[in-house]
Amino acid sequence: MTLLEATDLRRHYKVRAGRGPFGAKATLRAVDGVSLKIEAGRTLGLVGESGCGKSTTGKLVLGLIAATAGTVRYAGNDMPPTGSAAWRALRPRMQMVYQDPLGALDRRLPVGVQIMEPLAIHGQASPAERRERAAEVMTAVGLQRHQFDRYPHELSGGQRQRVVLARALMTEPDLLVCDEPISALDVSIQAQVVNLLLDLQDRLGIAYLFISHDLRVVRQVSHEVAVMYLGRIVEQGEAESLFAQPTHPYTRALVSAIPVLGPRRERLLLQGDPPNPVDVPSGCAFHTRCPFAVATCRAEAPVLQPTADGRQVACHRADEPALQVAA
Amino acid sequence: MGVPLVEIAGLTVDFGNDWRSRAVDGVDLAIAPGEALGVVGESGSGKSVTWLAALGLLPARARVGGSVRLEGQQLVGAPARLLESVRGKRIAMIFQDPSSCLNPVHRIGRQLGEALKLHRGLSGAAGEAETLRLLDQVGIADAKRRLSDYPHQLSGGLNQRVMIAMALAGQPDLLVADEPTTALDATIQAQILALLAGIRRDTGMALVLISHDLGVVAENVSRVAVMYAGRLVEEGLGQDLFDAPRHPYTQGLLAALPTLTGPRRRLAAIPGTVPEPGKAPAGCSFAPRCPLAEPRCMSEPPASRRVGLLHRAACHLQIEPGFSAGALPRAAE
Amino acid sequence: MLLFAASRLLRAALTILFVMTFAFVVLRLSGDPALLIMSVDAPPEAIKAFRQAWGLDQPIWDQYLSYIAHAFTGDFGKSMRDGRPAMDLVMERVPATLAITLPALALKIGLGIPAGIYAALHRNSFADRLTMAVSVAGFTMPSFVLALLLVLVFAVNLGWLPASGADSPSHAILPIITLGAAGAAIMARFTRSAMLEVLGQPYIRAASAKGVEWRRVISHHALPNAAIPTVTIIGFMIGSLVAGAVVVESVFAWPGVGRLLVSAVANRDLAVVQAILMVIAAWMVMANFTVDIAYGWLDPRVRGAAAGH
Ligand SMILES: Nc1ncnc2c1ncn2[C@@H]1O[C@H](COP(=O)(O)OP(=O)(O)OP(=O)(O)O)[C@@H](O)[C@H]1O
Ligand SMILES: Nc1ncnc2c1ncn2[C@@H]1O[C@H](COP(=O)(O)OP(=O)(O)OP(=O)(O)O)[C@@H](O)[C@H]1O
Ligand SMILES: [Mg+2]
Ligand SMILES: [Mg+2]
Repeated sequence: MTLLEATDLRRHYKVRAGRGPFGAKATLRAVDGVSLKIEAGRTLGLVGESGCGKSTTGKLVLGLIAATAGTVRYAGNDMPPTGSAAWRALRPRMQMVYQDPLGALDRRLPVGVQIMEPLAIHGQASPAERRERAAEVMTAVGLQRHQFDRYPHELSGGQRQRVVLARALMTEPDLLVCDEPISALDVSIQAQVVNLLLDLQDRLGIAYLFISHDLRVVRQVSHEVAVMYLGRIVEQGEAESLFAQPTHPYTRALVSAIPVLGPRRERLLLQGDPPNPVDVPSGCAFHTRCPFAVATCRAEAPVLQPTADGRQVACHRADEPALQVAA
Repeated sequence: MGVPLVEIAGLTVDFGNDWRSRAVDGVDLAIAPGEALGVVGESGSGKSVTWLAALGLLPARARVGGSVRLEGQQLVGAPARLLESVRGKRIAMIFQDPSSCLNPVHRIGRQLGEALKLHRGLSGAAGEAETLRLLDQVGIADAKRRLSDYPHQLSGGLNQRVMIAMALAGQPDLLVADEPTTALDATIQAQILALLAGIRRDTGMALVLISHDLGVVAENVSRVAVMYAGRLVEEGLGQDLFDAPRHPYTQGLLAALPTLTGPRRRLAAIPGTVPEPGKAPAGCSFAPRCPLAEPRCMSEPPASRRVGLLHRAACHLQIEPGFSAGALPRAAE
Repeated sequence: MLLFAASRLLRAALTILFVMTFAFVVLRLSGDPALLIMSVDAPPEAIKAFRQAWGLDQPIWDQYLSYIAHAFTGDFGKSMRDGRPAMDLVMERVPATLAITLPALALKIGLGIPAGIYAALHRNSFADRLTMAVSVAGFTMPSFVLALLLVLVFAVNLGWLPASGADSPSHAILPIITLGAAGAAIMARFTRSAMLEVLGQPYIRAASAKGVEWRRVISHHALPNAAIPTVTIIGFMIGSLVAGAVVVESVFAWPGVGRLLVSAVANRDLAVVQAILMVIAAWMVMANFTVDIAYGWLDPRVRGAAAGH
């Protein structure tokens, strides 16, 4: 069953291009035509360059910010408008783990209270049950009972991150958008949290939109992975094969840049300026940095198309064998 | 090692009244000028607090003991004036939560400019030119426009790179980078790490790289320290330590690492959790989770021993290189 | 920003309309002014004539519509007591009220904010505890009690200042202190907690780590952030300036709007009461509007949210 379906989502920001309060305005295309589907009980990994619009996409699909254009359907119905009663009623079913845990927590409240909050807001369970459930979830993410009464600033970075995760898990949602949920965790706790997420998926059928820069972990948890570049999805496919044989030149660069413990591998280094979401290059947005770019790439924007091996790639040269060999 | 740039000896930090709940419990570390040291370890083991204590940035409630010397100059309990002259200029720090560490009401251009004015006396056009150069260096496109953005208008990774630029603005002798690339994708991460390596080559800046990404650490530093529950449990040259870890905790850590190739399998977390404060054994704090623990591990704290060239581990057992605790039958999960 | 201002303005107008309606309904329902204003033994014809003269015999719905229609043209009816336009009566009292409330406001801000900042920076010190103790006393004590205490000490015992009336500037001193002291206490408390909240934020520590000296961290990093919640309370104080003066003006027999309100209510002078409520509401709404604008100016996050996309 398709739990969430987003079609052609866009989010544009008006930003100042010139100086002063009346300076010229420009449009920043944070998300510029993203379509994605998440099946119940499955995980879609979302990776891509820093600033390419992953967090924005995550907030858009949950209706935490309003889209400039595009639609979101949740469990077969249109997503109610942000802030409406119907939307609020859906909140416990879909939760978000924010990227900046310190910013997402209230520094005046003990973390335990904040973990219980989603249940309290939606009036679920008695206070005693909430407390018990909070303790359970805290243990599951590797926090300790005595940390219940701590304030956010009294915890380490990784402990705070687990608090935010615990809070999101309290209502046992159907859909969880995890924005960098494990970036501050050591590999052992990372493993524990990843195992927990997988177990919960098995047991409760939670679907995840898993945003992370750690491609190893993304591969571990995702059924499918979408790669974003400058507000759009440039490649999407089954997790294992996507990392084993990345097709889009950006994905290749990304995969080859993963730091490793053993001897260094050959790297595909990106040339050229980093992308600017205010001034998106013509044609394929990646052509300015792509080692394989040809004239077509400068003129025409490629669309996401299925390739022979069942992947979706937005690249004019995706099917050329010469490029496949170069990989 | 020559004369250390920074020498930490017996550093302790307490937040509560119970000595067994120490956040940092006797850390000894030395960093030579120009050296790159990696710090890895359990979440909550005191990696961040160690450096906050060194710079006098902990809340007044925290009690800091031991010593931190910068070229012989004692920093623990030093007067505010001295600390202010060290912070940002001699020792700069990149914080773990970049988005919350930027002031929400100031434009990032202004926040960067402040550091430049403070440490390099640059203001006006020269200041702005340098600000642009710094932002450019950390791979931020359209730097000129970004100067007038507020932190909430930037993505997590952009904020992180602004933080990095800010720390580099003072041209410090030591950069303490606390999880500096958590919000960066692999390509920009590689670019930032190359930038830091370049700056170290050019200026002889020393680097403390605190990271959970063992790959990042392995590729970028020569020496690695592993922390567990407020203590240093193993320390050694990067390759030695990753190839032949001697402490069971380090071994467990390496075994938990997911791979990019090969079959997907359940990840191997180290069973159990850090003991609650007050319930820690008198001996080794890893003992309750250690697959090799012996009775004395519970009662006697292990001293740090030399186990190889520049390689030390705090474990009672003589674990041979190549032996892996991960291969042993595990305690029930 | 323009859109932001326009939407707030519309909201302000609606609020005022709501207050007018509410005041109208409540006042009409709470008793027949004709019976109260005319003496009890007035002949029924006189009462009837009075009702007719003031339109009280019309259905309430018609009365309401004609009231609103007149209000739009700036006519808020006439005082039932002396027949002068109600709004004129109110307006001529406004300067007197401002003469005590504005200095009191200056006192609240000028004393409260520095005290709050000082207390926050020296948390748990003797000065902090003293400030907080004084401030608790300041806002738990009802203003008439404080007023009477002040009168007792400075007028009766010491004889330094007049106890009531409005004949010389020295008559204003006790009312100003009464109004200002409680506000300053609230202000101090609020500023202190806003400041403590900000001082615990990670960006303060990060600014220190940058090498910024502590004084500058306070002035350039902490204060601009602490100002954001503080503005709310200042706006609230400005908003309640007129309303807050009612008790104090009565105690000190100060001829301001507050005292007029008390007497108009006692006399069931509907048009005057309504005009005063209207002025108070407009004043509050304006204060709120200013706060919203100030918010947008102080907090870039609010500015972005309001500007939309
Ligand atoms: N202000 C504080 N008050 C009380 N305890 C604190 C405070 N700050 C940190 N701690 C505790 O000190 C311990 C060490 O924290 P620290 O931030 O150094 O961990 P870390 O090694 O950096 O972990 P992470 O990798 O998760 O960031 C943690 O258990 C934390 O809960
Ligand atoms: N409120 C805002 N106003 C203006 N621009 C914004 C705002 N929020 C986000 N942006 C811009 O939108 C773009 C995408 O941001 P987003 O946070 O989605 O990136 P991301 O993919 O999550 O990056 P990262 O991996 O660094 O967190 C960035 O260029 C960012 O500067
Ligand atoms: Mg993000
Ligand atoms: Mg930390």
